Amino acid sequence: MGYPECMAIVTPHVIRQDFPLLKRHPELVYLNSAATSQKPEVVIEVVSRYYRELNASVHRGAYTLSVQASEAYERARRTLARFIGADEHEIIFVRNTTEALNLVAYAWGLHNLGPDDEILLTEMEHHANLVPWHLVCERTGAKIKAIPLGPDGRLELEALDSLLSERVKLVSVMHVSNVLGTVNPVAQIAQAARAMGALVVVDGAQSAPHMPIDVRALGADFYAFSGHKMLGPTGIGVLWGRYEVLETLAPFLGGGGMIREVFVDRSTYALPPQRFEAGTPAVAEAVGLAKAVEYLQNLGMDKVWQHERELVAYALGRLDEELPEVRTFGPRGLDRGGVIPFVLGSIHAHDVATALDQHGIAVRAGHHCAQPLHRKLGVPATVRASFYVYTTAEDVDRFIEALKKVRDFFRDWL
Amino acid sequence: MFLMSLLDELYKEIILRHYKSPRNYGPLETANLQVVGDNPSCGDQVELLIQTEGERIVDLRFRGQGCAISQASASLMTDLVKGKTWAEALELERKFKDMILEGAPPAPELGELAALSGVHKLAARVKCATLAWNALEQAARQAGVVLAEA
Repeated sequence: MGYPECMAIVTPHVIRQDFPLLKRHPELVYLNSAATSQKPEVVIEVVSRYYRELNASVHRGAYTLSVQASEAYERARRTLARFIGADEHEIIFVRNTTEALNLVAYAWGLHNLGPDDEILLTEMEHHANLVPWHLVCERTGAKIKAIPLGPDGRLELEALDSLLSERVKLVSVMHVSNVLGTVNPVAQIAQAARAMGALVVVDGAQSAPHMPIDVRALGADFYAFSGHKMLGPTGIGVLWGRYEVLETLAPFLGGGGMIREVFVDRSTYALPPQRFEAGTPAVAEAVGLAKAVEYLQNLGMDKVWQHERELVAYALGRLDEELPEVRTFGPRGLDRGGVIPFVLGSIHAHDVATALDQHGIAVRAGHHCAQPLHRKLGVPATVRASFYVYTTAEDVDRFIEALKKVRDFFRDWL
Repeated sequence: MFLMSLLDELYKEIILRHYKSPRNYGPLETANLQVVGDNPSCGDQVELLIQTEGERIVDLRFRGQGCAISQASASLMTDLVKGKTWAEALELERKFKDMILEGAPPAPELGELAALSGVHKLAARVKCATLAWNALEQAARQAGVVLAEA
């Protein structure tokens, strides 16, 4: 089987040279970018430079350095806004997708849901888009329903009509599955949900790093993503919210920076997005994330997506052809991102992952924070290989060859 | 060939045999103690069903799901501690954990559990090997056994 066309679209061999960790470990085949991505030199450098040259309290000091630090932080906000087609006042910096979803759950859910209301999720959600709603339901009495996951790894949208009633006040779905790679038709779901008067939240943790995003075209009210999965630092992420919805939200965390006026016994609150950014923000991380976005935009998000699509098609083709003992999950088609979950015979995923690690292949094994999804798949755990901009076709080849050796090692026990 | 030898060391035949055909697996009608140990980050689970008479574990069985290391460790552990007193079982736990956590040479009393000694070299899998033993310790607490200071 020939190498995919992607080598001409994005040049991962060249890109790898931008990543100090990958250069330092030339033998490492890093296939766990869906968990966290590696960081290019420019991102590491801009974070370091922020502390060396610019570090100051933002939105606080009257001195020049503080003004410059504040400008850098707000410039990062504008960069992130442009990245997803949003207005800068709609960008809330948070720690990660998990915090973003909790923000919506606490600042909207706790104040707007009651015992007669329903939240509609899906059976493929990450725990970050399940547990916050469980907490909200425990306190409000609201109920959770879920769009079922079909055997082909796609949502069964036929069920949407019967699930969506006027009782549903909020629909929260993941854009791309962190396990199956499924690209969900969120625009279609959002349209149906909003027609019923429900708010729509999109978990973009696995879409923002990999494909062009236009939040207006998605038709959602909220879109959440993490910086560390898209070449940026840990501890920084974004919640985008439609401004007119953000205005109606109660504060999330209280403290400095999110207020208008404070008295001993009460306070009034700032407008969005400051209302949701209590305390000293992660300025260096925000600046680092903006640099990561610029790096991705230089590559072109459409090209990044195409590169991963072609890598996944190449890898699935080889697995199908050469490793009949491997069972993969997830849809086969254009609605599939660069993630391959699989099991090898009846060998447990952790044992396969440990064996692959001995061949220099870094993959994740387990339930990938999606236990309901794995229950539906009927397996307790899967091994997951995931790709990104620096993943080469040779990485896929080395992964396949190592997997063959692992199969041979466990041959008598498959 | 160092790399493959580590795999050979970890997945000895006895481990894979206990994984595929576990001993003492299934329900235990006469159990008077029941504990579930789990590793939430990976989803592995070992449930212990224990029948005690006074200070003695007269019978025990387990149920569970997980990797070869966690399930083989549970299978071997149940074989070893059946018939032992709590004090003897907890002494075996200490020797097992010395081997897994500290890399101590396997104590002779551990018998076939010595096959798991290679886990010490793989920090990521230590929690798999100790899962069933942690459940046993939990059962001891539940039984009111006073545990020695760690």
